[in-house]
Amino acid sequence: MTVRIVHYINQFFGQIGGEEKADIVPKVKEGPVGPGTAIAAAFKGQGEVVATVICGDGYFNENLAAATDEVIGMIEKYNPDLVIAGPAFNAGRYGVACGTVCKEVAERLGIPVVTGMYPENPGVEMFTKYTYIIETGDSAAAMRKAIPDIVKFAKKLVNKEPIGGPEEEGYIPRGLRRNYFAKVRGSQRAVDMLVKKLYEEDFVTEYPMPSFDRVEPPKAVVDITRATVALVTSGGIVPKNNPDHIEASSASKFGKYDIEGVYDLTPENFETAHGGYDPVYANKDADRVLPVDVLRDLEKEGKIGKLHRYCYSTVGNGTSVSNAKAFAEKFAQELVKDGVQAVILTST
Amino acid sequence: MVKEIERVGIPVAHCCTIVPISLTVGANRIVPTVAIPHPFGNPELPAEEEKALRKRLVVKALKALETEVDGQTVFDK
Repeated sequence: MTVRIVHYINQFFGQIGGEEKADIVPKVKEGPVGPGTAIAAAFKGQGEVVATVICGDGYFNENLAAATDEVIGMIEKYNPDLVIAGPAFNAGRYGVACGTVCKEVAERLGIPVVTGMYPENPGVEMFTKYTYIIETGDSAAAMRKAIPDIVKFAKKLVNKEPIGGPEEEGYIPRGLRRNYFAKVRGSQRAVDMLVKKLYEEDFVTEYPMPSFDRVEPPKAVVDITRATVALVTSGGIVPKNNPDHIEASSASKFGKYDIEGVYDLTPENFETAHGGYDPVYANKDADRVLPVDVLRDLEKEGKIGKLHRYCYSTVGNGTSVSNAKAFAEKFAQELVKDGVQAVILTST
Repeated sequence: MVKEIERVGIPVAHCCTIVPISLTVGANRIVPTVAIPHPFGNPELPAEEEKALRKRLVVKALKALETEVDGQTVFDK
């Protein structure tokens, strides 16, 4: 039983034209076109490219909804067993088109889909959760290797074979975690890895650590007795009853609280929303996390210029680095605008 | 969050208990504090002494903010 394949490509690989033809509307041609011929050949008689859908990258991206509907409609008519898009290499608009086509075909038609992209293609981050994306080189010069890689994987999909991890199958890691029973227990694997590390032998981590960038230390405050100091915390200190409903874990927001006229945090006015540490002490006296009382005293004593009227708070428990970064990017702008010259940030 | 504030040029005293985490993540001015659930406090102490401890730590943080550093620095003295 030969596999019926519909191939989606852009105006360039569809041999219609270059950038000047990026606005062409979707059209369908019977049989393979361009790289589709290589796909058909790689299937060695077990598969047939029954049709090729071609669309301009510009048209697709500028008319996402309409173009998607048109393309899916064309694909559907051929009743394929498999849809292959691209490969798009590093071409951004093409990557978005291929990713969209794969996602929509999978969702609307429920058939296997696969595409290929260079890891830096914007289409990767956008669509890797919806479709397998085989890793390719960054230009059409890599077509010779990309097609056999894509076809090898596509055959597994069509035959419903179990799909392994990214390294063995050649697709770009999708950020999806799948549990499995390892042959060797974790404690043994950890010790083995540690021994390798101690003997300075090569080892492969089971979980790559994110790399943290570095920031140049800002200039010190010249005269703290005249400076406006702001308080920030990831310890989840919030007004009583957490009016903004900041989550106890995986916070999706931060709070900005007016402490004008507040000289002391008490159980009547403040509490902690943080679910990752014993809240007893902070709930009895939130100054233990956000030291408002002491800063008010220092303000009165002239040891600081003033305590900034707004404090910023979120819950650091399980909150993603990217969210925390986004929160701080936002309120850092406000701190600058408000003339804050120094920040005390408490982590718990 | 520390780094995003530092990125706009405002010095930050990162007051935290687990200094190795702060070092890994990249804060530049680090002030070690008492404990995770009460960084600026010690519930074992009577209230006045606890507040005095809090003041000492905050003053240390302010000192850190007034100190030029050329890389990550832990203010633990």
